[in-house]
Amino acid sequence: MSWLSKIRPSGMATQAGDRTTTVPEGLWKQCPKCSAPLYWPDLERNLDVCPKCEYHTRIGARRRLDIFLDKEGREEFADDVLPIDRLKFRDVKKYKDRLSTAQKKTGEKDALIVMRGAVMSVPLVATAFEFDFHGGSMGYAVGERFTRAAKRSLEERIPLVCFSATGGARMQEALISLMQMAKTSAILERLKQAGVPFISVMTDPVYGGVSASLAMLGDINIAEPGARAGFAGPNIIEQTIRQKLPPGFQRSEFLLEHGAIDMIVSRTEMRLTVARLLAKLAGLPEPVEPVVSEPIDLE
Amino acid sequence: MNLDYLDFEQPIAELEAKIDELRLVGNDTDQLNIAEEIATLSEKSRKLTAGIFSDLSAWQVVQIARHPLRPYSTDYIERMFPDFDELHGDRQFGDDKAIIGGVARLDGKPVVVIAEEKGRGVNQKVYRNFGMPKPEGYRKALRLMEMAERFSMPVLTFIDTPGAYPGIDSEERGISQSIAQNLAVMSRLRTPIICTVIGEGSSGGAIAIGVGDWLNMLQYSTYFVISPEGCANIIWKTAEKAPLAAEAMGVTSSILEDLGIVDETIPEPLGGAHRDVDAMVATLQQKLTEQLEALQQQPLDALLEKRFERLMSYGNG
Repeated sequence: MSWLSKIRPSGMATQAGDRTTTVPEGLWKQCPKCSAPLYWPDLERNLDVCPKCEYHTRIGARRRLDIFLDKEGREEFADDVLPIDRLKFRDVKKYKDRLSTAQKKTGEKDALIVMRGAVMSVPLVATAFEFDFHGGSMGYAVGERFTRAAKRSLEERIPLVCFSATGGARMQEALISLMQMAKTSAILERLKQAGVPFISVMTDPVYGGVSASLAMLGDINIAEPGARAGFAGPNIIEQTIRQKLPPGFQRSEFLLEHGAIDMIVSRTEMRLTVARLLAKLAGLPEPVEPVVSEPIDLE
Repeated sequence: MNLDYLDFEQPIAELEAKIDELRLVGNDTDQLNIAEEIATLSEKSRKLTAGIFSDLSAWQVVQIARHPLRPYSTDYIERMFPDFDELHGDRQFGDDKAIIGGVARLDGKPVVVIAEEKGRGVNQKVYRNFGMPKPEGYRKALRLMEMAERFSMPVLTFIDTPGAYPGIDSEERGISQSIAQNLAVMSRLRTPIICTVIGEGSSGGAIAIGVGDWLNMLQYSTYFVISPEGCANIIWKTAEKAPLAAEAMGVTSSILEDLGIVDETIPEPLGGAHRDVDAMVATLQQKLTEQLEALQQQPLDALLEKRFERLMSYGNG
């Protein structure tokens, strides 16, 4: 106990103490970029984008699809595809144990979620990578789930949208994960030949085997502001060329400048933009927000 | 230490050195018992080599696959295709020396050859960028594959790369897109494709010319999603654990055949391809000829459906 706390009457709190007692724990966050204090409910309402500086914080796959899809008519599928440890891979830990840790941490069975639904009444299949699951890495289950998503798009002739967030191929599945690059690219080529649109949305970060396959194969490639995407990670490149990388290297603004993506779209505009693009590609009329009958709030 | 031999081959190197010495002495003295001694030692060396090579660890295979004397693509092209016409450039940016492309004949039949080349010796290594292709390399490969389709020429690819080039210019020109595009197009290219890993098949840089109807691996070649050093760096935070990583990832042809990824392992001469390059090339040439004939007997639509279904099956338990 410091001398100050001894002389201070017990009922009087310091300012710091005051905050913890009057504001519930964890309601304030600090923007990692501009350091502005952010009131969490406000941040959430703004889709986890800092209202001050537009910084896009990372969000999980479920939330991603939740803020993207229409509320009505969502159907998750391909979730019965589970990871397989064909190699009985083991380093300092068993891959099997790494998987169960990731499953407990995220509540997901693997790193990709697939849903049939609609965005502003345009029907589609949407997929999203869960970065918190083993770095969003692509092994058999991710590749297979993505392929099933694309096959459903093909069968129903409805567009496919993928939100990627990944470190790349999953090294614990060794060459099986490398082959998922070929597999996902092959099914996307079928979509392309059938004239079924695929929109790839890159969210921070997208690297390696996913970048060099499905993520770059969109009819339209989109990135969120400030998202990093590339083949080799910055560390690898710096080690290879032994020089510092320029600021903004591999960020979405860089990708746009070098012709890798079509546009940068803010998360708050994503739903509208993707719906508008898809409606054009599908020859549908301009989409409008579906009217949702919400219960009237009587105070 | 003889640098032409890897550390685990040094007992062989010592024997071979003795044999060479005896040969020199034999030339001077012309004694019969020296010829006998040479024969005995040669047999001993052969047995020793067979013994060492019958039980190689994954890491030792990786080392053989990267052996400085190992035949590279140019060694195969020179011997297999005396009429090879090299074709250059991606028609957009430049000509990547890490990928050699051209037209040739295999057993009289016109084929398109696409090969990654590491380059031997310092100058060639620099010229070939150590076998690390940039986007223009993969785009040259794509251009030639599309040409092959137009003229109904089968495609033969030779894979040997430490990976696609990780550099600023590579990223600026869309290395990811160039690899992805090749994967997509190769999955439906209307001509037979045979891919052969002759040395080191490293990740995206390898699979970018590695999608086809038949995948060969030479006996002591290696194919991985990340280099053992890279894997070790991530898990153990040091490249020194690469042997453990190589073991864990299963980077050799026997394991990859079991996984249904590799179709055929091409046997190498005793002690590896570099101990008898001519024999290695002859074996591969023979195999490719047979394989191509088998593929060409199938109707093209059936072949393409089979290629696609196989791609779809990767990883299915």
